[in-house]
Amino acid sequence: MALKVGDYKTDVHNDWCPGCGDFGIVNAIQMALAEMEIPRHQSAIFSGIGCSGKTSHFINVFGVHTLHGRVLPFAQGAKISNPNLEIIAVGGDGDGLGIGAGHFVAAGRRNVNMTYIIFDNAVYGLTKGQASPTLKLGEKTKSLPTPNTNYDVNPIGLAIASGFTFAARGYSYDVRQLKNLIIAAVRHKGLAFLDVLQPCPTYNDINTKDWFSGEDRIDETTKKPMPRIYKLEDTDYDPVVHYSDETELNQKKTQAIVKSLEWDSKIPTGIFYKNELITPYTRRLTDKIPNYVENPSALQNISKNNVPITKINQILDSYKV
Amino acid sequence: MVSDFTWMIGGPQGSGVETAANIFSQVFSKMGYQIFGKREYYSNIKGEHSYFAVRISDKKIRSSVKGTNMLIAFDAETIFRHVDDVLENGIIIYDSTLENMKISDVITFENDFKDRLENILKSKNKESNVKGMLELASENGVTIHSVSFRSLLTELSEKLENPRIKNMSRMFNVLGVSLSLGLLMIPSEKLTESINSIFSKKKSIADMNVSAANFAYNYAAAKFDEPNFKFKAKEIEENTLLVQGYYGTSLGKIIAGCRFQSYYPITPATDESNFLETNEILEINEDRPGSTLVIQTEDEISAIGMAIGSSLTGVRSATCTSGPGFVLMAECLSWAGINEVPVVITFYQRSGPSTGLPTRHGQDDLLCAINSGVGEFPRIVYASGNVSDSFYDTTQVFNYADIFQIPVIHMLDKFIASSVTTCQRFDETKVNIDRGKLLDEIPSDNYRRFAHTEDGISPRSKLGLENGIFWNTGDESDIQGHISEDPVNRIQMMDKRQSRLDYILEKIPESEQIVKHSEGDFCIVSWGSTQGPILDTIEMLKNEGINIGFVEIKLLHPFPKELLKKSLSNSKTIIDIEANYTGQLGSLIRQNLEKDPNYYILKFTGRPMTCTELYDTLKKIINNNAEKREVLTYGA
Ligand SMILES: Cc1ncc(C[n+]2csc(CCOP(=O)(O)OP(=O)(O)O)c2C)c(N)n1
Ligand code: SF4
Ligand SMILES: [Mg+2]
Repeated sequence: MALKVGDYKTDVHNDWCPGCGDFGIVNAIQMALAEMEIPRHQSAIFSGIGCSGKTSHFINVFGVHTLHGRVLPFAQGAKISNPNLEIIAVGGDGDGLGIGAGHFVAAGRRNVNMTYIIFDNAVYGLTKGQASPTLKLGEKTKSLPTPNTNYDVNPIGLAIASGFTFAARGYSYDVRQLKNLIIAAVRHKGLAFLDVLQPCPTYNDINTKDWFSGEDRIDETTKKPMPRIYKLEDTDYDPVVHYSDETELNQKKTQAIVKSLEWDSKIPTGIFYKNELITPYTRRLTDKIPNYVENPSALQNISKNNVPITKINQILDSYKV
Repeated sequence: MVSDFTWMIGGPQGSGVETAANIFSQVFSKMGYQIFGKREYYSNIKGEHSYFAVRISDKKIRSSVKGTNMLIAFDAETIFRHVDDVLENGIIIYDSTLENMKISDVITFENDFKDRLENILKSKNKESNVKGMLELASENGVTIHSVSFRSLLTELSEKLENPRIKNMSRMFNVLGVSLSLGLLMIPSEKLTESINSIFSKKKSIADMNVSAANFAYNYAAAKFDEPNFKFKAKEIEENTLLVQGYYGTSLGKIIAGCRFQSYYPITPATDESNFLETNEILEINEDRPGSTLVIQTEDEISAIGMAIGSSLTGVRSATCTSGPGFVLMAECLSWAGINEVPVVITFYQRSGPSTGLPTRHGQDDLLCAINSGVGEFPRIVYASGNVSDSFYDTTQVFNYADIFQIPVIHMLDKFIASSVTTCQRFDETKVNIDRGKLLDEIPSDNYRRFAHTEDGISPRSKLGLENGIFWNTGDESDIQGHISEDPVNRIQMMDKRQSRLDYILEKIPESEQIVKHSEGDFCIVSWGSTQGPILDTIEMLKNEGINIGFVEIKLLHPFPKELLKKSLSNSKTIIDIEANYTGQLGSLIRQNLEKDPNYYILKFTGRPMTCTELYDTLKKIINNNAEKREVLTYGA
């Protein structure tokens, strides 16, 4: 029986603020799971701590709400142990790029076949609006006593520099595009990163929904707002690395980083970079453990009638006096 | 015939002291002797002083003694640091070219040590050089053999017509051990045999070392006077192994079915992960090969995070670390606690605080293991006293983790990790695997991960199991795993988790909680690797007709209060022995038994206790002239 979007919803009360961008992201994840027809028990959402961290409780698949900044280690441990699981890790920008930044970089280097979505609202929502690593230098959002003194980190750029093999950006009020990006990320063979611009109406009074849709920029002739967001798929931008060729690889990485720096008047969404020519972690493991995919840790028998079945006599023999 | 003998070799890190000791240990184990070797080294890769002391005996031994019968030195530092370790009638073989080296020539000495040494030599009217040092030894009745290691190489290189050998000072280690064996008149085939086995990966290197070994062996046999020490080969006891300390937990993990280990490098824990990765492909009875995934992570937070993630898929998973890594794990540990996740943390202690003495022994993290973490949650802290125990205990801690669905912290230390001993072959048939309430199948869709049950433990699903969907959160949760701040639910959940502590004391057999090795009016209480020196000391005293009791506490948390009370009920004087400053077990005893141990014997220099110094201190206690707190200090 085919599952519908509703089957992926729990009845847990959602306590996000009215109008929060997070709602769109949860909807998009549920729609993507339904469209890909992923059985509920074969999927798990791992989340960090923050407003965004509550996401796992709203989706009716396995849900692991971890610790602040630690979602990637938990998620990778599960995925590596059981590669048959479809794992989506989610968390805030503070979670992933502040306290969890070390894990972000290390995860990129591993390239485990899973998806990581950052809810990028430029603030620490759950702790009441402090500056997050993606808030621009000098900006002063609502609850900051003084303007931000740190330069912002570029999530797409950091992902590419760290070795993520898929980097995309979505916008939480464009649920259809976001759903498609999630599907593309899940289907990508390797570690996929998705940075979602997520307005926080409560604490971020700069990057608001109106700001993204250009309500402050009225076209003289049409008298309509000129949206800041545009889609890479509407341009001739090609994010894919097609050949195992260093020149092309460098060009695609550079182009993506340069593209991701566009801000203020023009903000691109869509896939910035995609490279399936880098070996996923699974392959790296299979190179040393040939039957890893068929017989990963989670599927191995370790005992029969409570008696261990692993043989250690050969190792012991080598220490015999 | 000699029944107890210690041989020591020292040299800069990277000079192959360990290989030499390995050869020595193999040779004597093949002659039917029991071995106990310990390795000491600085936190350094090349150049700082390291040494290996190998004790051999014709009866069971579990610790080192104070002093050595023989010392091999091919650098000046070894002479300065260890000459006063050489016992009366002992032997020193040293490189004659070092004779005129002064204390000030040794750049690796700590200033304090230098001053201390110079003062000693001055007070004895000796020059502050190697010669002066050796004169001291000579006056103490030590026989000194001087050999130019360099000339030995030159002669060998001429004999083999291989000019390269002349400069191979990295073979000094093999020369040193071979000179010793030649002097002690140990059959040379044993030497050849063990060199071949140690260098088995590269034939040309093995051959060259065998030539050098035989050359040095013959030199010593011909030139040195016959020593007082005589050894005779005996029948090798059946099923004897010669093992490194960390093999116990490594092999325990493999047979227990641990299939995932994540770690961040730290001494002395890394060796275990290395072992697991080297043996990552596993032979399985009547099945395709299995494997252990060993993942080097970016830090210890990730190491435990990954192990927990793995455990959620139903895998037996673990991480292995030392103090500085363990404290980083505290937050994740609490997460495993509130989410009832079985995970094993193998904790090889070293000496703190902070990075402290990074490559030295210590038992100063007991309270840290018991208390680290956010809030109140159940855990087990369990300690092993020797290599062989650590094998069986490892298989048990995985059972505890699964049965009680909690994190288990398995305490070991540097002393165990880096000792080399003979022991009985680990017996796989004694191992059983109990996965507790882990489910393989769930028939219908009303599963609740944290459902309340009679014994407080809920049937456990795993990620990927049909009908077994659950939620986890570090927040307090309801029976499904969704966040709940309801006060009534909170009480139920706290009771559910915390009641496990009593349940653990009820379920784990008494013999696994506390081992009562012996009884006596005087009774030692201790935990972990002090077991070896304590048992050796008890035997020494027994030979004099003195019976001392010894209660080893293995389950340290939850604390087996009633059982300990019972175990100590016949003893008048309680002696707490630990390798730390404050007596951490002692504080648990005070807290739980409302009774202060009568004596504390403590050591915190980072050097393991020897049975000799324990013996001396216990004698003082028995003769009623000890302080309440006795601090041991022996060891360079
Ligand atoms: C170790 C730790 N430090 C601090 C906190 C407090 N804390 C909770 S959420 C949060 C920030 C959340 O910001 P972000 O990750 O951007 O998520 P958002 O709420 O914006 O979705 C912080 C600092 C914590 N839970 N754990
Ligand atoms: S604080 Fe911001 S991010 Fe958090 S729920 Fe409210 S609107 Fe959303
Ligand atoms: Mg945020």
